[in-house]
Amino acid sequence: MKKVISIALAAVMCLVLFAGCASNTNTAASPSTAPSVAPTEETLSGTVSTNGSTSMEKVIAALSEAFMAKYPDVVVTYDATGSGAGITAATEGSADIGLASRDLKTEETGLDATVIAIDGIAIIVNKSNTVADLTLEQIASLAKGEVTNWKEVGGADAPVVFIGREAGSGTRDGFEAIVDVKDACKYEQELTSTGAVIAAVAANANAIGYASLSAVNDTVTAIKVNGVACTEATVLDGSYKIQRDFNMITKQGAELSSAAKAFMEFALSDEAASIIEKAGAIPPK
Amino acid sequence: MKARNITEKVMNLIFIICGMISIIAVVGISAYMIISGLPAIKEIGLTKFLLGQVWKSTASEPQFGILPFILSSITATFGAVLIGVPIGLLMSVFLSKIAGPKVASTVRPAVELLAGIPSVVYGLVGMIVLVPFVMEVFKVKSGSTLFTAMIVLAVMILPSIVSVSENALNAVPKKFEEASLALGATKIETIFKVSIPAARSGITAGIVLGIGRAIGEAMAVMMVAGNVANMPKLFGSVRLLTTAISSEMSYASGLQKQALFSIGLVLFVFIMIINVILNTLLKGGSRNEK
Repeated sequence: MKKVISIALAAVMCLVLFAGCASNTNTAASPSTAPSVAPTEETLSGTVSTNGSTSMEKVIAALSEAFMAKYPDVVVTYDATGSGAGITAATEGSADIGLASRDLKTEETGLDATVIAIDGIAIIVNKSNTVADLTLEQIASLAKGEVTNWKEVGGADAPVVFIGREAGSGTRDGFEAIVDVKDACKYEQELTSTGAVIAAVAANANAIGYASLSAVNDTVTAIKVNGVACTEATVLDGSYKIQRDFNMITKQGAELSSAAKAFMEFALSDEAASIIEKAGAIPPK
Repeated sequence: MKARNITEKVMNLIFIICGMISIIAVVGISAYMIISGLPAIKEIGLTKFLLGQVWKSTASEPQFGILPFILSSITATFGAVLIGVPIGLLMSVFLSKIAGPKVASTVRPAVELLAGIPSVVYGLVGMIVLVPFVMEVFKVKSGSTLFTAMIVLAVMILPSIVSVSENALNAVPKKFEEASLALGATKIETIFKVSIPAARSGITAGIVLGIGRAIGEAMAVMMVAGNVANMPKLFGSVRLLTTAISSEMSYASGLQKQALFSIGLVLFVFIMIINVILNTLLKGGSRNEK
């Protein structure tokens, strides 16, 4: 008992100690804004702040890593806040570049959207599944649990097992937004990676799931949506429906810093195309 | 002479510092959990947080009820104990009292090896072997269920139950058993009526240790339980306290992230309670034996 008391006492004492230093967390890495030396191509410096879509995290992380390797004096920051917040940030000028994994709405004026990548989301089923083609509406009713048997959509008499990603995942967000089943999905499994979804669909004969196109391999079947197969070509020409643009949002008329301009140019360069591909998206042609 | 004294003093200091590190770590973690876990609970409301049945962290009107996680964690652990304890106990009896030294020396390293297998490997085997197996045998549409998680956890807690119980059984004074045998009891009677009762505090400690491991396990469970925030159902997909944190942490932000910290705090409280039980059991047990 004595021991317990002494431990408790020690805990309380240290708590008091720690309480003092609790408030000053998260002081963001302060940008190295040196007094402005006219930036030539070799001495590009400063900070490029990006803010927005969580789905674009991988692409932006890969791009900024490569960019910072090229220009060691530039710091690219990224706040994962969501597409809406990214667009707001670009409007208000609190970030150099806003990131949005959707296109601008008509009421979001005064902004320029530059497509840096396209994300195709494949609908995958088990290899043994005979269903090869679904409409967007059928996919929505499968996801919402309105259709619980494959025979209702032309398959075998077997229960539907809908497998998806965890809340917060960009792929989930994209799928639910495009298929229009936001917050209404009845998942049987929520897995934390694209690979896990593919493995689970490959292992369960009755499963259906979604995964980034770049990750789909031959252990599962990517079905046609509205009669269109999911390939890079159909995603690029827009005929495959479950896809979205990764946009960089900039304010019209606002002067970008030379570092930010260079970053956008870099994102659109051929050099960046392979980086974007590696990060799981399709570079626009 | 003087040099030796200095070495003594220096070493003494080093020992004290090393001893302090663990205390600092524990206290630091506790403080951090409390500080980062409380804001979300305050914002959501304690009862709404603990007793809410719906978890929709990223919906446009987010709901943060963790009752499904708490109940799933408790049922999964309970199930694991239900399956694991009888097997573990009998295994430790086998190792301690029945198996010859040769057999024991092959079985024991195997059990110890079980403890050393990383949890992700348990998860992997569970995902590839057990999930399809459960689906096939029980005719359920998806094998990623609470039941699968129970089986995986049961295997994972075996080593702690077996090794602690075996030690306890070995520590039972020989004269107890000899007396029992001399009075005409059979070997089996002696084991169940003398050895196990005499070792019961150690055995209980092993069980509680196993409970601690089961309730804290995330990786293996995440790979076999399906991770949907449902109320626990034996053949349904569930999400535990641990997997709730690990599955959403990577993309979480704002209140969602804070709520995940709060789940961590709840889990932390659970583990604390288990530790306190463990300590009282160990003390109570030794008092009874005297």
